[in-house]
Amino acid sequence: MRYPFPVGKSDFIQGDEAIARAAILAGCRFYAGYPITPASEIFEAMALYMPLVDGVSIQMEDELASMAAIIGASWAGAKAMTATSGPGFSLMMENLGYAIMTETPVVVVDVQRSGPSTGQPTLAAQGDIMQAIWGTHGDHSLIVLSPSTVQEAFDFTIKAFNLAEKYRTPVILLTDAEIAHMRERVYIPKPDEIELVERKLPANEEEAKLPFGDPHGDGVPPMPIFGKGYRTYVTGLTHDERGRPKTVDAEVHEKLIKRIIGKIENNKHDIITYDAFELEDAEIAVISTGIVSRSAVRAVKILREKGVKAGLLKLNTIWPFDFDMIEELAEQVKKIYVPEMNLGQLYHLVKEGANGKAEVELIPKIGGEVHTPMEIVERVVG
Amino acid sequence: MYLKSAYDIRDKYLRKDMLPTIFCPGCGIGSALQYTLRAIDDLGLNPDEIVWVSGIGCSSRVPGFVNFDGLHTTHGRALAFATGIKLANPNLKIIAFMGDGDAAAIGGNHFIHAIRRNLDVTVILINNFTYGMTGGQVAPTALKGLKGTTAPYGQFENPFDIADLAVSAGANYVARWSVFNYLQGINSIKKALQKEGFTLVEFLSPCPISFGRRNRMKTAPELLRWYQKITVPLSKAKKMSPEELEGKIVIGEFADRDRPGLVREYEEYKKRAKRMMGWEE
Ligand SMILES: Cc1ncc(C[n+]2csc(CCOP(=O)(O)OP(=O)(O)O)c2C)c(N)n1
Ligand code: SF4
Repeated sequence: MRYPFPVGKSDFIQGDEAIARAAILAGCRFYAGYPITPASEIFEAMALYMPLVDGVSIQMEDELASMAAIIGASWAGAKAMTATSGPGFSLMMENLGYAIMTETPVVVVDVQRSGPSTGQPTLAAQGDIMQAIWGTHGDHSLIVLSPSTVQEAFDFTIKAFNLAEKYRTPVILLTDAEIAHMRERVYIPKPDEIELVERKLPANEEEAKLPFGDPHGDGVPPMPIFGKGYRTYVTGLTHDERGRPKTVDAEVHEKLIKRIIGKIENNKHDIITYDAFELEDAEIAVISTGIVSRSAVRAVKILREKGVKAGLLKLNTIWPFDFDMIEELAEQVKKIYVPEMNLGQLYHLVKEGANGKAEVELIPKIGGEVHTPMEIVERVVG
Repeated sequence: MYLKSAYDIRDKYLRKDMLPTIFCPGCGIGSALQYTLRAIDDLGLNPDEIVWVSGIGCSSRVPGFVNFDGLHTTHGRALAFATGIKLANPNLKIIAFMGDGDAAAIGGNHFIHAIRRNLDVTVILINNFTYGMTGGQVAPTALKGLKGTTAPYGQFENPFDIADLAVSAGANYVARWSVFNYLQGINSIKKALQKEGFTLVEFLSPCPISFGRRNRMKTAPELLRWYQKITVPLSKAKKMSPEELEGKIVIGEFADRDRPGLVREYEEYKKRAKRMMGWEE
């Protein structure tokens, strides 16, 4: 297979470009989108590459359509992705819920900009954390990943496809305008250096008859894609294991929703990754995600130089959330600081996790700029 | 045309465990469904290669009752989902079953853009002038003066002529019948299914329960008589003045052309991309 960009070597590229290249290497062959700053470069790169690798790139009429199209493509057997920013992400919410309910593997990139509404189109923010986790209606779960470097944007995109396929669920890659537009050195691996996960297909007719059952006991049903003669009916209505609508049966609804949430929750430790810096003996913990983590690393170093036993927990997965891990950390440290580029979203999760075992303090920042390390340091040393 | 018995069609194509359907007595959706299945049967199409797509509404429940792959999606978005299915696997033939509210109100944008792209899909559109599933609110097709729960004094807005809209937006095949024109209906669906690009067969369909009841037509026969009164065949309409056509609905075949479909256009585009990059001669 020939690739439209160099593989097996490093390149100096933007975050958006890294996401596009990673998607192609992850096997994505369907991209549908609608232009929006700061995510457009993902689309533009996909538009250049997709026809060359026999994939599809199409500009839809809006984000509702983009989200719909990738779900359709996934049921037709393709790995599919869309990318957007806050306003477009809001438009995707209804169909994101549909993807959750119908257990459709898709990847949605949300390059966060400052909101609400059209806000600050060219400036970074982390204001979509709650929307990514809870934006669609009803009881549900999904996976949200958050990179802090261009290399991570690349790596996490591949991970996003793998998790989507493995758990038959939408995965959100939650990045931001800063990472989208900054250029960094990224290692683009050769295809044989990448481990790819493919969705589980029905092994036989029996399995195909239970497209929403649990024949393997792992909560993830094999996915009978269209055109294979399985005659699968897929609906966003509450459905039984065979996919038949059962809209007023409480038991069927509870079983379905609990399995959909359970397949994520029960596999939390396979899904969640984080990086810990200097946490072993820490008395002060900083918990952050995405772009802010870069300032937080520096802040921890400065605090250590000042004699403060500080450490950093950098969350690479925002959802599912390891509340127990946060509680353990809270038992160890005196105080937890949460710097984030909003007025408190990750903070709520951390606070719930800490469960009163340590004080949790928010270090918010809005307006488009990333915290400087000193802004974090000063809040800690007072 | 030799007509198989309706039982044969039912036994061959419906999911027995899903019956009975949710449709009210006198509803026209079942007829349009039967015509579609007859067309598939007559053409000898392979059901394994057909995917039914729909949005939300009474008409959109159809994919649940037929034994094919089916995607019952969100309100209005069926054609956007279909775009993904078709481009990801062009071997699949797609039938979109949708309501007038689904297609022309909430899904209006997807509708005109699917037509503009000439997406390879056959749309069977159930036009009952109302929102059946939600209990009889006015649809964007409701003729002036018709009543709905959200226009209890009679619709004051102008209606969409969906077939007209589809012709202007560029559809390859457009026809409109009432569900009582069964032979024309089946023939039109057969034609539509054989063409590439966007094809639409619109059916004026009785909804005695949500619509008829509020407009003094409680039964299907009353609606039938009303359709006979308000519909005008295309040949006759051509000789009528705009004043005479006021409040009438023209039925017939409005477009039959062979513009390249989206799949073919994209295949060409891929070749062009490879040529421009020097990957291929
Ligand atoms: C986003 C959204 N808005 C509203 C609804 C409620 N809703 C369900 S069906 C429907 C209209 C159905 O009318 P139509 O499309 O004409 O189909 P019919 O039932 O008449 O066949 C509406 C408004 C919904 N399901 N989703
Ligand atoms: S409400 Fe109307 S459209 Fe819906 S099933 Fe009943 S008659 Fe048919």
